[in-house]
Amino acid sequence: MAIITTEKLIKRYPVGSGFFTALDSIDLSFEKGEFAGLIGPSGSGKTTLLNIIGALDSPSEGSVTVLGKSVENLSQKEAARLRNHHIGFIFQTYNLLPVYTVYENVEFPLLLLQMEKSERKRKVENALEWVGLTDKRDSRPSQLSGGQSQRVAVARAVVKRPELILADEPTANLDSENSFNILEMMVRLNHELKTTFLFATHDEKVMKYLRRKIRLVDGKVVQDEVIGKGEDGHACS
Amino acid sequence: MITFVLKGLLRDRSRSFFPVLMVTAGVFLTVVLYGFMQGVLGDLVSSTAKYDTGHVKITTRAWRELADQTPNDLALMNGDAILAQLRQQEGDMLWTGRIRFGGLLDVPDAEGETRAQGPVAGLALDLLGSDSPEKSIFPLEDALVRGHLPREKGEILISEAFAKGLGATPGDRVTLIGSTMYGAMAIANFTIAGTLSFGVVALDRGMILVDLRDAQAALDMEDTVSEIVGFSRDMVYSKKKMASLAADFNGKFSRGEDEFSPFMVTLGQQNGLEEYLIYADSMGLIIVGIFVAAMSIVLWNSGLMNGLRRYGEIGVRLAMGEGKGRLYRWMVFESLIIGLAGSVAGTALGIAVTRYLQYNGLDFGSLLSQSSLMLPNVFRAQVTPASYVIGFFPGVFASVLGALFAGIGIFRRQTAQLMKELES
Repeated sequence: MAIITTEKLIKRYPVGSGFFTALDSIDLSFEKGEFAGLIGPSGSGKTTLLNIIGALDSPSEGSVTVLGKSVENLSQKEAARLRNHHIGFIFQTYNLLPVYTVYENVEFPLLLLQMEKSERKRKVENALEWVGLTDKRDSRPSQLSGGQSQRVAVARAVVKRPELILADEPTANLDSENSFNILEMMVRLNHELKTTFLFATHDEKVMKYLRRKIRLVDGKVVQDEVIGKGEDGHACS
Repeated sequence: MITFVLKGLLRDRSRSFFPVLMVTAGVFLTVVLYGFMQGVLGDLVSSTAKYDTGHVKITTRAWRELADQTPNDLALMNGDAILAQLRQQEGDMLWTGRIRFGGLLDVPDAEGETRAQGPVAGLALDLLGSDSPEKSIFPLEDALVRGHLPREKGEILISEAFAKGLGATPGDRVTLIGSTMYGAMAIANFTIAGTLSFGVVALDRGMILVDLRDAQAALDMEDTVSEIVGFSRDMVYSKKKMASLAADFNGKFSRGEDEFSPFMVTLGQQNGLEEYLIYADSMGLIIVGIFVAAMSIVLWNSGLMNGLRRYGEIGVRLAMGEGKGRLYRWMVFESLIIGLAGSVAGTALGIAVTRYLQYNGLDFGSLLSQSSLMLPNVFRAQVTPASYVIGFFPGVFASVLGALFAGIGIFRRQTAQLMKELES
């Protein structure tokens, strides 16, 4: 069953007296457990598509359905609720909250879910164990390396066990070794938790791991290539 | 969540310490400025009332017309009877008779020849009466510089500055040369009992204080006073109460066709003080208003800058699924905490400094050496009930307003735009 569907998705931005078309008639579908990536040069529309799928933006035309919800019809509250319960984000620049510890950064999405303290503690410790940062739980982001920061960001994205994780250039600021470690971790999460991963990237290191590559050029899908399929026939690693 | 927000607030100094410091400074300055203005205005009214106008003053109608000439030929006769009646009928007021007079004070040498001489502004008070209200009105013991207060007839007090100018000291015999209320020359000898410094330039320049009975004898004013002044016992001037008292008194005792009949006026009705009080009150409000408005703009700007500085955090929190409304409410909550903390600290600090200035004051004596106004040399601040709120509410309000506007500015942007700015 598809957890993301876009039909004739168009996104336009006003530029001067006219419009710039960032996405042009995108028809895509993603199944649960996919490990897919939007690839293409800068300005091709990767981040715009990721933002719309993440209910951070809305389409100008067409429809986008994420986990059964029509993004174009969501109120701000409903969009926030969708993100809160079902979607995790990983950013290029980690975007950890600098005044909070590693533990508190990972705990934050669970606070929004108004989870019990004991359950929060269990889940956060679990997530930190997953990313191998148990010993850094009381450190501040400023005390972490780039790789460690991105692992915290991954822990924060997965701690609530979302069905979908959207990662925008997650390895762009990392060296090869850290990129490898992060990607291996994501593959493991994809395998073990059946979490769907959707990347926006032009990093070759990431592309090697993708089981499905959707190439965007000037807002259009020019190639949709499935590289490997899981046991259920979907593009997972 | 509240713990999470408070942790962030306490750990991020630029989000808590500096905004609180800014609110504290603004509130502190507002409280001190307001207290100082209240103190100066209050002192001016209080000094003028004590030394000159009373809260109400009774003179003859004719005296009132020519008051600036101190026309003792138009003074109020049967002073004792009027005073007795007033004390009986208006028991919650302090009443006392006074004589104002001018003249020359002559200081002789050992041979009795004039050694020094100077013009005086004389004021005769009930200095020797055991139940004289003047003792609570005039701070004579506090003002005494040398010598002692008059203990017997024939003793006078003289301002310290004037005494120094004349080269006179306590114990010296001096001669007052003036005129009686009937226009004849009056000459009377007195002994200087002590010297005074009132801290009011207009009084310290050439004032002598004489016992009322001595002055009546010297100026041929038996049972006659220039004026009877009345003060509310709590020494707080109430315009409404005094106006009612004056209207009542004039209705009973003042006859329009008799220029020698008594006539009562309030403090505000003398020397244009009513207009001055209104003017000063308005100016005070305008100055404090401008100050509060400026402070609000600064704090608003601070809230705005703080909101903009946290663009990144806001973007992440929105991406995590925190609702805009909820995030907005937390931002306002934070600003409320900052506003409250800064306002409490600023008000406490402001009250402490105002209270210090209330007791110690600032000495502007050298700037007022030529003043004829009843202005004290030392300007003091005054803590009033309004001091506790004048800075507090604008401090809280301006902080919250800053966060409200900053939040609107931030949330008007599309979430995606926030994310883009976050990534850049």
